[in-house]
Amino acid sequence: MSKEKLVEIKNLKQHFKTGRHSVVKAVDGLNFDIYKGETFGLVGESGCGKSTTGRTIIRLYDATDGEVLYNGENVHGKKSRDQLKKFNREMQMIFQDPYASLNPRMKVEDIIAEGMDIHGLSKDSNARKERVHELLETVGLNKEHANRYPHEFSGGQRQRIGIARALAVDPSFIIADEPISALDVSIQAQVVNLLKKLQNENGLTYLFIAHDLSMVKYISDRIGVMYFGKMVELADAEELYKHPIHPYTQSLLSAIPLPDPDYERSRERFTYDPSQHDTSEEPEFREVRPGHFVLCTTKEFEQYQREHGTGR
Amino acid sequence: MEKLLEVKDLHVSFDTYGGEVKAVRGVNFDLNKGETLAIVGESGSGKSVTTKALMQLIPMPPGRIKQGEILFEGRDLAKMSDKQMQKIRGKEISMIFQDPMTSLNPTMKVGNQIMEGLIKHQKMSKPQARKRVVELLELVGIADAENRMKQYPHQFSGGMRQRVVVAIALACNPKLLIADEPTTALDVTIQAQILELMKDIQKKTDSATIFITHDLGVVANVADRVAVMYAGKIVEVGTVDDIFYNPKHPYTWGLLGSMPSLDSEDEELYAIPGSPPDLLNPPKGDAFAARNEYAMKIDLEQEPPMFKVSDTHYAATWLLHENAPDIDPPAAVKKRMEGMAKTSGGSEGEQR
Amino acid sequence: MENHKPNKDLFVPVDTTDTESEKITRPSLSFWQDSFIRLRKNVGAMIGLAVLVILALLAIFGPYLNDYGVYEQDLSRSKMPPKVEGLGWLGMDGTLSDVQSAATLEQAESKALMRFNNQEDFIETEVVNDGSNGEPAQVRATYDVYAAKDIQENYWFGTDGLGRDQWTRTWMGTRVSLYIAFLAAAIDMLIGVAYGGISAYYGGRVDNVMQRIIEILVGIPNLVLVILMILILEPGILSITIALAIAGWISMARIVRGQILKLKNQEFVLASRTLGAKDSRILQRHLIPNVLGLIIINTMFSIPSAIFFEAFLSFIGLGLPTPMASLGTLINAGFQSLQIYPHILLFPAVVISLIMIAFNVLADGLRDAFDPKMRE
Repeated sequence: MSKEKLVEIKNLKQHFKTGRHSVVKAVDGLNFDIYKGETFGLVGESGCGKSTTGRTIIRLYDATDGEVLYNGENVHGKKSRDQLKKFNREMQMIFQDPYASLNPRMKVEDIIAEGMDIHGLSKDSNARKERVHELLETVGLNKEHANRYPHEFSGGQRQRIGIARALAVDPSFIIADEPISALDVSIQAQVVNLLKKLQNENGLTYLFIAHDLSMVKYISDRIGVMYFGKMVELADAEELYKHPIHPYTQSLLSAIPLPDPDYERSRERFTYDPSQHDTSEEPEFREVRPGHFVLCTTKEFEQYQREHGTGR
Repeated sequence: MEKLLEVKDLHVSFDTYGGEVKAVRGVNFDLNKGETLAIVGESGSGKSVTTKALMQLIPMPPGRIKQGEILFEGRDLAKMSDKQMQKIRGKEISMIFQDPMTSLNPTMKVGNQIMEGLIKHQKMSKPQARKRVVELLELVGIADAENRMKQYPHQFSGGMRQRVVVAIALACNPKLLIADEPTTALDVTIQAQILELMKDIQKKTDSATIFITHDLGVVANVADRVAVMYAGKIVEVGTVDDIFYNPKHPYTWGLLGSMPSLDSEDEELYAIPGSPPDLLNPPKGDAFAARNEYAMKIDLEQEPPMFKVSDTHYAATWLLHENAPDIDPPAAVKKRMEGMAKTSGGSEGEQR
Repeated sequence: MENHKPNKDLFVPVDTTDTESEKITRPSLSFWQDSFIRLRKNVGAMIGLAVLVILALLAIFGPYLNDYGVYEQDLSRSKMPPKVEGLGWLGMDGTLSDVQSAATLEQAESKALMRFNNQEDFIETEVVNDGSNGEPAQVRATYDVYAAKDIQENYWFGTDGLGRDQWTRTWMGTRVSLYIAFLAAAIDMLIGVAYGGISAYYGGRVDNVMQRIIEILVGIPNLVLVILMILILEPGILSITIALAIAGWISMARIVRGQILKLKNQEFVLASRTLGAKDSRILQRHLIPNVLGLIIINTMFSIPSAIFFEAFLSFIGLGLPTPMASLGTLINAGFQSLQIYPHILLFPAVVISLIMIAFNVLADGLRDAFDPKMRE
């Protein structure tokens, strides 16, 4: 993995007006970088703004404030159609609900080829068909499936069709918005393995959004934990799992049920109490251990450093 | 141990335009008093249909119970009339559904929703029922019950709502509680709370629970015994330790192998290939054969019977037949099992 | 423990390839094919469709099946009863009959003859009750109008008060109704769908303004609208058309708006947007095909209400002016002599009822066929 930045998110804010005077701050000042070829995991509970972050990055929503730089170029702001099309080919998305993410009135072939049609990527209908068959094979389906309709497929198969659709425009960055949370366990592994395989073969970069920490830990190189629109902790996957510092992360980790009855019998759960934080100043994002950032105040920072130290 | 529920050779089918969908194809299990049985399986494996059949909550038509017996304390629920069932539903058997958003009536005060069952089944007077509601809400960990019972569901958070649902289910001290994916729609931290709550309550009330889920982590947490369902049949059943530390059915191997453990290295997950069969025309022989890398010729021709592994542990796979070649579970699963056996060996200081 | 001993040879591993389990055994059917199959299985809807086809054919060819014109008056042949050769048992034998009662049998008989102007040659009398049991005597007189007037040809549906052929006029009236039906459908499809679609898709301020306009239109009662039209234009098909065009599409616009609002945030639409699709593509490829079923169903339900609206206007005299025929005006004419000459009301009333029922049954069938909840 290189340390070359592919995506930089700078002070990203996304506020939704819900009434004349009330504003929901779904994403509130987010800063992080995604390096080329890595998988960045974004976890948090429902309503913490992780999906909104993904959708804002890909311009489904216009950001209230802040920048998203892709290869150093800002994605947001006024853009010509050509510039936008370029971003659309570079950046793609895999969606959560395999039942809602495919148009029920379109054949699989047309669904997968939609990006190719929009960007004029296939010379004629034969080339288009061939490319679709190729993509179907890549995701583990076969070419007979091209003429069928989405309702004939199971959830896992549909999710793979969604992946094929994203791959059709040869993106280098894919935002996977809870791609496995609607799938059965055995099928989740299929999709995760497929995503890993595609990453190895095509050098893709992923932003992997999920609430299931064990899967995120498995697939990600680095993980960011979100809580109410803010990033509270960011570290390498192993590091985060072995040395969670922020109490919210600790409570999340302690709540995951594992397929191990003995462990489950002895499990102790933390509860997170947001009021335990030091409120003397606005918390900031600080590096407590190398590459391990935590949202904390000066006082908490000192405490964390004492407790978790820089040395191993 | 006293048997509370016995399900014998249950078949449930749905008649659709395409033909008969055999959702449950001969399910046998029993449940003792005070025990928690987890039914695991993918969507479409028939786990929900099985439990809905217990409660006679299958819409008929298109659904029908084709054959089989459901003996609840010796009475056959499958043959009961709607009227008789109404007396059992909510009173002796109650159910917790997946989605706390839709299982409460949004236009009714929470307290009244809990009281409904009490007044109907227990013939309580209003003041009595009100007192019981406060007790119940306190039991499920809702503080300030007196005031909270006067609120509407939308004033509760998701986790709190599920607690209310649990309170409703418990209102009449049911002997059997059926929980259909009660925590799937919740966040992990809330899920952990609800699971703790349910275990806690079970200890106090000594009711039996059938817990439907597809999350093996949850199973490990709550279950005494586990039944693994695939394509409308139970393929493996045993105590929770049998299933997690000594699984015999290749499908169970697949399920266990497909979950990453938090301390696993970056090896590939063991994924079960393909998709579950279409129950409109289930395949001949073992329904799992097409996805089973250890499939034998016989799997394509004959359905395996339940083989006995131990007194508590049965599995339906030909691999257990005396003539079958010796086969080890896939490396990933084996490693997992060994790893777990190690931790269960009792290193208490497991770092977290 | 198992009662059969399987052959040892069977315990050899076989190769199961992935493709095997990914196979889909069901035939591939698109949504529309699937819906059509379901519609064909629906007996009621198919009967409704057949009735509509027959009525449409009669509306087109019916007026040419005999020699009478729509406006051809002949006062000497007014209010002729219906007569169809071979359908006498249905009462369509060209006779009028009436029961008269009086204190004595003789009085009753003469009263019965008086009823049909004492044309004794063409009247058959029949004693219903001879009065001997204390009740008044009753006599039925059956009057053969065709013989009395010496008319050779038959009026299948009889004639109206001005001697115009009711058969021709009924089918001409049906034409008006069917014209209204197609008009209503076209307005729903064009204005309603476009309005609702644009309002929902662009949302925000556009939606706000467009919805306020709809609310104003809904606020004006239809009847007031028609009367205003009649004040400006003259009564006739044009003013009804305009009245329908102003108000007829509103419910469709609202339904389409609701659906598009729901669909436009579905993930497949978002996916299309992330691929860089233009608005027109999203509307054409993703949104419209997904609301089309609903549009068809709603159109089918709005057609009968538009037909009824026209008939109602004509019935109260705000619709087509005389001498034009519409089912509403025909029913109005028949209504005035309902007790003596029920046949003038009967035929147009039966036709309009058939149209309404057939459309409703067909629409119900379409709804069942398109309803995704029934899908398996």
